Amino acid sequence: MSTISLIIKREYLTRVRKKSFIIMTILGPILMASLFIVPVLMAKYDDNEVTKVQVIDESGLFKDKLSDSESMQFVMDTISLPVAKTIFDSEKYTAILYIPGNVINNTNSIMLFSSKQANLNLVTSIERTIQKEIETMKLKGHGITQETLEQIKTRVRINTRKLTEAGEEESSAGLTTAVGMIGGLLIYMFIFLYGAQVMRGVIEEKTSRIVEVIISSVRPFQLMMGKIIGIALVGLTQFLLWIVLTIGISSLVTSLFVDKDQLKDQMSQRQSPLGTPLPEGVEDGATEMEAGGVSELMNSMESINFPLLIGAFLFYFLGGYLLYGALFAAIGAAVDGEADTQQFMLPITIPLILSFVVAQSILQNPESKVGFWFSMIPFTSPVVMMVRIPFGVEPWELILSMACLVIGFIFTTWLAGRIYRTGILMYGKKVSWRELGKWLFYKE
Amino acid sequence: MILNIQHVTKQYATHKALDDVSMDIPQGSVFGLLGPNGAGKTSLIRIINQITAPDKGEILFMGEKLRQKHIGMIGYLPEERGLYKKMEVGEQALYLAQLKGMSRQEAVLRLRKWFELFELQGWWRKKVEELSKGMQQKVQFIITVLHEPKLLILDEPFTGFDPINANLIKDELIKLRDKGTTIILSTHRMESVEELCSHIALINRSNKILDGAVPDIRKNFKSEKYEIEYKGNGIAFANALWAGFELLSHDPHGDMMRAVIKMGEGAKTNDLLAALIPHVEVHSFKEIVPGMNDIFISLVQESNNLQPSTL
Repeated sequence: MSTISLIIKREYLTRVRKKSFIIMTILGPILMASLFIVPVLMAKYDDNEVTKVQVIDESGLFKDKLSDSESMQFVMDTISLPVAKTIFDSEKYTAILYIPGNVINNTNSIMLFSSKQANLNLVTSIERTIQKEIETMKLKGHGITQETLEQIKTRVRINTRKLTEAGEEESSAGLTTAVGMIGGLLIYMFIFLYGAQVMRGVIEEKTSRIVEVIISSVRPFQLMMGKIIGIALVGLTQFLLWIVLTIGISSLVTSLFVDKDQLKDQMSQRQSPLGTPLPEGVEDGATEMEAGGVSELMNSMESINFPLLIGAFLFYFLGGYLLYGALFAAIGAAVDGEADTQQFMLPITIPLILSFVVAQSILQNPESKVGFWFSMIPFTSPVVMMVRIPFGVEPWELILSMACLVIGFIFTTWLAGRIYRTGILMYGKKVSWRELGKWLFYKE
Repeated sequence: MILNIQHVTKQYATHKALDDVSMDIPQGSVFGLLGPNGAGKTSLIRIINQITAPDKGEILFMGEKLRQKHIGMIGYLPEERGLYKKMEVGEQALYLAQLKGMSRQEAVLRLRKWFELFELQGWWRKKVEELSKGMQQKVQFIITVLHEPKLLILDEPFTGFDPINANLIKDELIKLRDKGTTIILSTHRMESVEELCSHIALINRSNKILDGAVPDIRKNFKSEKYEIEYKGNGIAFANALWAGFELLSHDPHGDMMRAVIKMGEGAKTNDLLAALIPHVEVHSFKEIVPGMNDIFISLVQESNNLQPSTL
């Protein structure tokens, strides 16, 4: 076995055998799956609890107008408010809704009494219901009939289509945004997580003083690359395990506890992160809307070019990681312990954080000049380009950006290699930027 | 010669670590590489290990120009040494052996023998951090010699060992030497130089100031001084000496007298004894041999005076 593959093997095996790796691998998908599952479960159990509201309607306008929903029941009562308050039984009712006689003229006079602070959902849905009723009444007062009202009611939905050479494609701005953001975020996270692991690994070798033993057998550059590649494989392994486990766990749990319809409801709400969540109690049109949402989600899932997306993700993940991993290795070699890393970390983390900030502005306008340039600069392109790809990127832009990234990581690896081979043999010395500059020009 | 070092110069940004250093290391020798801290020993050792390259000059290993392929024939125990703390002892030794080009099976076989010899059986699956410092040093030594290198380079090998284990290592070094391994020993401990080294080189301030076989060096630094212990009259003793001998010191020592005498040109020890024996009762007579320590100190001081520090 060649020496570099021995190094890769060691770096890989010692890390994947670690308890922390195994725990993270199992915990990660549970956390991610719970992001999908918990809302579904919550919705499920919420439904079983019916909120009963005692209604004291002095105006008499709302008799039979407050329709019950699955989660809410209105019980009309004729007793007076003071009596209701004194005999209020929190076991029987969640709240008392008091509608005074002059409600039409004074819409702020409605009161809700409850033993506990009434929850926002309840208040909002009652507000909406009453508001609508009063509006209807007022309209009728102006001579508009129920039928006219039904005809006036309008609901607008915009269906987005992308024009491509192959014709038009269905698209969903929400989904594209989400996919782009998740891709960018993952790359950002992985670079930080695994870049820091490279740095810590180098520091470990330096402080434990094993490094001189090793580089009497292999070239420093081989040791550095072996470490970087080994850790990249750890990252990929973890990532794949996460995907497999997340899908496994979520489908297992949802199939156990949740029936299909509810899941669809959840998905349709989830797919419009920019829109407002549909409040319960607004019955009309909501189901129709949800059905539309699901089919639209399915369609736009198909519209996203997943092979391209996954390929690009792997490329930018590896490219970005190699670029930053080499720099992290150089820092590890230059310092004497983790405490000294601060002054060198900053210049590396700034472009990475910047790329994340830029990524958010790109979500608003994927075609902007800023977006173009930041997706060409190798230090920011992995995150920024990942965000842009779901919106559609010209092939030449993609190729140029990838080429820049390859040149970028070859350059940083060369740079890091020169700092690394000098740094790992310097013990007990505080290193300045000037010093690092000098190391670049040392002969071997 | 296993190693010829020819006119090696190494310049770092601010100082010259080695300035035109040449030396030859004979096959099968134990070669002491001596010098004060910062003289350039580690720089030279790193160049021999191909960790760094010289700016000028070259190194021949068994007659060939030193290259990457020779790495498997060299074993190196650095002064700044250590192991992966979280890795198991056996696995780590196998890893480092394989990096030196050994096959896994062979490394396992040899490691078992060494672990037995150094009483480390049972520690194979332990993590390095669970071992005592001395045990870690033993493991490190085993790793250095496991691939049976032709040239063994040891930088301060005895630090971190108690006297018993230091002797264990010393015995192993002697065995290796007898099997034909050449050993370069860089150390400050002159008693181990006296005990082990057949050749030495002394480096001071980037320059080699002395090298050669130990007996030759001793001969050159012979002081022609002798120490005599006797019982009898001190005045009679002093009177018995004639012009060929110079009395350097003369003091009572317990119930005896001790004198140091420098021999004159052409004087013979037998003549001295013949002159003394009629007058006093001689108890001991021995040559004062300069220790490596004395040679080291006097040479370094001398060279520092000749070439005052330029710092």
